[in-house]
Amino acid sequence: MKQPLKLLFCIGALLAPVQTVAQAIPIGDATAGAEIYRRECASCHQIGDGAQHRIGPHLNRIFDRGAGSHDDFRYSEALLRQGRDGLRWDLRRLDAYIENPRALVSGTRMSYRGLSDPERRADLIAYMRAYSDQPQNIPEAAPTARGREVNLSAEILSIEGDIEYGEFLSSECTTCHQRSGDHAGIPGIVGWPEEDFVVAMHAYKQKLRPHEVMQSVAQRLDEEEIAALAAYFRELGRE
Amino acid sequence: MKLKRRSFLGTATLATASLSAPALMGQTRPRVVVIGGGSGGGTVARYIAKDSNGAVDVTLIEPSRRYYTCYFSNLYLGGFWEYDALGHDYGNIARTGVNVVHDWAVGVDRDAQTVALASGERVPYDRLVVAPGIDFVEGSVPGWDVSQQSLMPHAYKSGTQVQLLKHQIETMREGGLFVMVAPPNPYRCPPGPGERVCMVAHMLAQSNPSAKILVVDPKETYSKQALFEEGWERHYPGMVTRIGPDFGGENVEVRPEEMEVIIDGMVEKADVVNVIPAQKAGKIAELAGLTNDTGWAPVRPGDMRSTMDENIFVLGDASHQGAMPKSGFSANSQAKVVANVIRGELTGSRIFPARYSNTCWSLIATDDGVKVGATYEPGAEQIESVTSFISQTGEDADLRRQTYEESIGWYNGIVADIFG
Ligand SMILES: Cc1cc2nc3c(=O)[nH]c(=O)nc-3n(C[C@H](O)[C@H](O)[C@H](O)COP(=O)(O)OP(=O)(O)OC[C@H]3O[C@@H](n4cnc5c(N)ncnc54)[C@H](O)[C@@H]3O)c2cc1C
Repeated sequence: MKQPLKLLFCIGALLAPVQTVAQAIPIGDATAGAEIYRRECASCHQIGDGAQHRIGPHLNRIFDRGAGSHDDFRYSEALLRQGRDGLRWDLRRLDAYIENPRALVSGTRMSYRGLSDPERRADLIAYMRAYSDQPQNIPEAAPTARGREVNLSAEILSIEGDIEYGEFLSSECTTCHQRSGDHAGIPGIVGWPEEDFVVAMHAYKQKLRPHEVMQSVAQRLDEEEIAALAAYFRELGRE
Repeated sequence: MKLKRRSFLGTATLATASLSAPALMGQTRPRVVVIGGGSGGGTVARYIAKDSNGAVDVTLIEPSRRYYTCYFSNLYLGGFWEYDALGHDYGNIARTGVNVVHDWAVGVDRDAQTVALASGERVPYDRLVVAPGIDFVEGSVPGWDVSQQSLMPHAYKSGTQVQLLKHQIETMREGGLFVMVAPPNPYRCPPGPGERVCMVAHMLAQSNPSAKILVVDPKETYSKQALFEEGWERHYPGMVTRIGPDFGGENVEVRPEEMEVIIDGMVEKADVVNVIPAQKAGKIAELAGLTNDTGWAPVRPGDMRSTMDENIFVLGDASHQGAMPKSGFSANSQAKVVANVIRGELTGSRIFPARYSNTCWSLIATDDGVKVGATYEPGAEQIESVTSFISQTGEDADLRRQTYEESIGWYNGIVADIFG
């Protein structure tokens, strides 16, 4: 739950100004990703024209590929087993694997410590995405962008939240969501990037997200109030 | 303020600081007194102190040093929660700058604007919040009064009553009969009796499966009825019988010494009897002249201000406000509106329009949680419901488990909000 949201945010910041893509967000900044790839991955993995297996397999067409599926590369038993169990490299799995390889495939031979910054991972994945099948050529290929959960206008996203009002409104939230950010049974909401917060609340308001308590809370919050809450909880996270 | 040092909770430095601060500043801060440190009173005291950063002098009067929540006390009966985990002390409330005085309020002089304590002291206020919870209506169950509460516990106020009830059920003879006398409307926690039946059944199903449960209820219908009845059928088949008003459920009398319950003239021998009497506002609300003939304290829907006195607010179970159920969640929600209004009136901070909400979770069996909730806003006369929802019968097990886990999250959330 948390991870895709973070990803969603950092890539949301790069939202193209063109109106027609208001619903789709690039995975990340592929140009920045090229540099990250060079530093983090290139010593073991080749990518691009004429790429070969080296210490690790080449990463062309990695999207949609089953894990451990190059017959001519010797994988760890762990990765092969995961491949047989159906692990496929989609956006979410790649993101998780790059963040912490052993958390996803505990016996992997890839001795990489992981990349914890979600924004840098998003950029890296955006770069790698360019070397896999493109939907314009092969319609079934993985998407090259993520959809935003709800279609919000730039005006709504840019509302400056009234923090003091947000503080008052937040008291409705803190009956369940702890001010300290602690979470067990009920998610933490402190310190979220504002845009995530706004998107999530509008998704509840439009009943795209399925939780009845949250739907009823969100239903009577207007755009200004959602922005106020987002601003307040962001500030609370900085304290 | 003429308070004795020993009546303060918290460290010596704390007490000194809060006593000497106004003197040092050479002016008196506006004074708020809160009667009752439960879900409503604890929240309002803390929020005013926290948000006003010392600009308001807040005194909380509460006899107990530890508040035991009624919420989750049913889970304690069922073996899902520890008794100690129901208890919360006032240390953190004191640390936000509230003067916590452990004493009873015994009277309110509305002209002089003072609260009289059992110790004989008088505490002056500019604004008073009255949040004493409930008391029982005398004679509502003939044969029962509070002096019988060790023979036939109510376990409907916080504290040791629920331990007694649990002990009685645990030591009940094999195949014995547990009777619950359910209360008429309005009462605190509408789904509370139904949830209690589930938890008692859960306990008996393990230790005493041939035991039976009889619910004697004066109400035609009650909160989450379909959900509870589905649950009794599914998890505890044949164990629970409910007698509604059509079969004499509103005509009940008890004989505690004989352990008898008389339902519409028929004598029923019981092993454990849980009497939940009819309820009214905590006595101090009545003593302060804030209640009407309903037994509850009428308030204005926009800010929970007593219709009897401009300087007094009544919140939580004691208030007569309209559509909100009497719950810890509601009391906490109302307290935030009151805190915002009082702080605004005393310090000039912004006052925002009221909004209220409530959700009540109940546990039916292991990992089988349900919920009911609504949002509310002030209407012309009283608080009105805006939107509402309730769990559905036949929901799948994953959703029910998630709802249960969420209820634990809520419990931890609300106690952190008030006492954490
Ligand atoms: C079995 C059961 C289960 C429940 N489950 C839930 C649930 O799951 N969710 C939920 O939201 N609610 C639940 N409730 C309801 C909830 O406990 C009450 O609605 C809530 O506590 C009301 O808050 P309050 O502040 O009005 O009163 P209380 O919390 O009762 O607090 C009143 C306080 O005032 C003090 N007091 C009384 N008189 C005086 C006086 N003269 N001077 C000084 N202090 C005084 C008392 O000592 C007490 O601490 C449940 C109740 C029961 C009985």
